[in-house]
Amino acid sequence: MSAPAPSVPAAGTGTRVLHFRDVAKAFPDGTVALEGVDLDVHRGEFVTVVGPSGCGKSTLLRIASGLSPATSGTAEMDAARIGYVFQDATLLPWRSVLKNVQLLAELHGMSKTATNQASRDAIDLVGLSGHEKKLPRALSGGMRMRASLARSLTLDPDLFLFDEPFGALDEITRERLNDELIRLFSAKGFGALFITHSVSEAVYLSTKVLVMSGRPGHIVDTFEVPFGADRTPELRFTPEFAALSGQVSAALRAGHS
Amino acid sequence: MTTTVPDAPPTAGTPAAGTSGTAPLVRRRGGGVTRWAAPLAVFAALIGGWYAITYLVLDPARRFLMPPPQDVIAAFFDGPTVERIGEALGQTVKVTFTGLAIAIVIGMAWAVLMSQAKVAERSLFPYAVALQCIPILALVPLIAFWFGYGFGARVIVCVLIALFPIVSNTLFGLQSVDRGMRELFDLHGAGRTTRLLKLQLPAAMPAIFAGFRISAGLSVVGAIVGDVFFKQGQAGLGIVLDNFRNCIQGAELFATILVAAALGFAVFALFGWLGRLAVGRWYDQSRDPA
Repeated sequence: MSAPAPSVPAAGTGTRVLHFRDVAKAFPDGTVALEGVDLDVHRGEFVTVVGPSGCGKSTLLRIASGLSPATSGTAEMDAARIGYVFQDATLLPWRSVLKNVQLLAELHGMSKTATNQASRDAIDLVGLSGHEKKLPRALSGGMRMRASLARSLTLDPDLFLFDEPFGALDEITRERLNDELIRLFSAKGFGALFITHSVSEAVYLSTKVLVMSGRPGHIVDTFEVPFGADRTPELRFTPEFAALSGQVSAALRAGHS
Repeated sequence: MTTTVPDAPPTAGTPAAGTSGTAPLVRRRGGGVTRWAAPLAVFAALIGGWYAITYLVLDPARRFLMPPPQDVIAAFFDGPTVERIGEALGQTVKVTFTGLAIAIVIGMAWAVLMSQAKVAERSLFPYAVALQCIPILALVPLIAFWFGYGFGARVIVCVLIALFPIVSNTLFGLQSVDRGMRELFDLHGAGRTTRLLKLQLPAAMPAIFAGFRISAGLSVVGAIVGDVFFKQGQAGLGIVLDNFRNCIQGAELFATILVAAALGFAVFALFGWLGRLAVGRWYDQSRDPA
């Protein structure tokens, strides 16, 4: 990425788009999935929650999006529009890439011209130009995820929620999409809450990393990530990156035992 | 990706296809003979069995019970017989497609209604099951009692027989939409109608067409059953079958059975084709059990 990245407001300076205070979630069967979770996401902030499988990370996201209510505590979303990127690309198999990208704009009742404009822009932005007419089955896993990202981008959301979106992809595709995501984040300045179980992905993408531990899920540690918006793949091989990843890993292990 | 795999023909140095190493692969790929030999052998055995019964098992006086294949084929070249079967076929086709069309409309509306609320499903599904469990043949006299013996009564028999697969397959299709997709629509505030039209119905299309295919075959059965039972009104294949039986016209009877079978096969194939036309672009039908 040779182009200079547009400046991103420093963490915490954008408007607050997500606010959790003492959020808890218990399921009807008595399982306590989350307890005492505090977190804030502002525009221009990329917050990643890293934790082992089954620690309640996805529940956190479902509460943030309003798909599932919190049992107690405060969970407020102050975003006019949210983007939610699922583990699976969730493209409608009978719709072409273009039609899939237009879906959310349709659901939100955007005008035809605005929908067309937004979807063209989004497709360009994720690098899927030339593939508009293809059906999802003709795309690779990485391209499907790009289409899924483009679909959310048409809404120009203030808050993006990512539920381990790249977990099923191979490492090369995953790292390339990480770079794309950093570029999109720099260009749009949305607030992001990203769920992953990969420490290096968390450190690479985020402005802030929250380490979560399970049973019941709670946040055990918070790390501010000092790297700027102009991250390149080489960052992964710097001593600073390794040191921070080591600390996050250690916190993860401490919380897990 | 610039790597190209050379696709050169084998040179003199490489072992030619057919040597022990590659033989199984080659045979599997190009096996035109084995592919057709077994089905043909089975078919020949069936025809042979038919001849054996006609000429070896049956007493010449009772040969009308199973006339030889050539007699059945000859029936197709007999003008009056062909005309009679042809007219009956037209009548049966009319009943079949009218019944099927009505079953499709009622069945889909029923399923859509049930998919919209749990309470609707709980109150309406038992009747769909009842429809499946009651032997429709037991209802045929009642239908004749109420509606007479005409076209309408035959269509009703068809509808009753063809309805259940459409109801159950449509309902199953509407309800088995991927959870992630449902949540996507939830998140973006999609209403009931939007969800139905943009998500549930398109997603259910493969299941719906599988239901149509089963019902199409059943609809032919319904049309012929109604006919055989009513024995009145404009003659369809069922009545013609019954008449040939009464007149001990074995060859003509067999010919009519073949026509009925061909009709059943044709409507099944028609709906298979329509299904591929509707969803084949995105849905791999070869994974269907039916």
